[in-house]
Amino acid sequence: MNTLSNSLTEPQNKTIAGNGISQGDVSDFFALLKPRVMFLVVFTALVGMVVSHPDVNPVLAFVSLLMIAVGGGASGCLNMWWDADIDAVMTRTRKRPIPAGKIQPGEALAFGLTLSAGSVIILGLASNWLAAGLLAFTIFFYVVIYSMWLKRSTPQNIVIGGAAGALPPIVAQAAVTGSVTWDSIILFAIIFMWTPPHFWALALVKSGDYERAGIPMMPNVAGPDSTRFQILAYTVLLVPLGMAPVFAGFGGLAYALISLVGGLGMLALAIQVYRLRVGEPAMRVAQQLFAFSILYLFLLFATLLAEHGFGFFHAVLG
Amino acid sequence: MTDRNSYHLTPEEQQRRRRRSIALGLTLGILCILLFVITIAKLGPQVFNRPL
Repeated sequence: MNTLSNSLTEPQNKTIAGNGISQGDVSDFFALLKPRVMFLVVFTALVGMVVSHPDVNPVLAFVSLLMIAVGGGASGCLNMWWDADIDAVMTRTRKRPIPAGKIQPGEALAFGLTLSAGSVIILGLASNWLAAGLLAFTIFFYVVIYSMWLKRSTPQNIVIGGAAGALPPIVAQAAVTGSVTWDSIILFAIIFMWTPPHFWALALVKSGDYERAGIPMMPNVAGPDSTRFQILAYTVLLVPLGMAPVFAGFGGLAYALISLVGGLGMLALAIQVYRLRVGEPAMRVAQQLFAFSILYLFLLFATLLAEHGFGFFHAVLG
Repeated sequence: MTDRNSYHLTPEEQQRRRRRSIALGLTLGILCILLFVITIAKLGPQVFNRPL
């Protein structure tokens, strides 16, 4: 009976969807913006602003931050539009609005393009055109270079594509100061170097998903052992880089302690991931590294925010 | 192909469309306020200092 009723209703629904009558609710359009990624973008951009100690109208700084968030959301939306076919076959992403049939691909494309153009133009009007240009470049890099080109063609996809996710502090600093300094470049480098161990830890757990979708993630192409070695190598580079703000003078005493302890935690988990290669313990430690990497990055940026935004800065050097 | 003009929206679809329309209206309203606020903030306090 169920099969019969499905066969009667499903083709009709598909035809309706094909005719362009929108089935999406407001929450579905919001989900297209990848709210959790947007939060990370806002958070890292805010730190990029606060660290710069700008002499800028707070209203304009707020509007700039809002537009960076909208631009980040727009690129997430365009990514979902392009990747709808592979999202449909991965358990992690099959409930997203487009593969779930709630939003038409054309709607997502129009939504993403409108928000992209709007966020870049308003950021340019509210701050300056350097920041607007950098935001436009970030969206272009994430959608065209990462989503359309790298993601399906090379296991280095998230290494190079990670640059898009690392750019918000630079865009934010440009928005409030009109220039880009080493401070925001160091923040960029931290996120850039953090991305491979973070995503490859997830890819080790979800390698079956990625294989089914035909995405050449590192564990599927180079194998889990090589991926484990590369996770360790990137983490070894990440730990001193995470402490670079201390030596650059904008990371204080609290930051020095957090980055040291957090970095050692990352290193310990990366060594565990390298050593444990089979069975449930291997999967569990990879999941732990994935979860801890989020906490690590959050703590680094939250500490900088507390030091520069709330007066907790105590210089370590000089 | 279903004729789009002959298709009647279900009550749930009508509600969703209504919510989308409200959200779009609010977004456009916020956009207008945002552009006004940016303009005033860019001009600075001197915008209020003019002969009447």
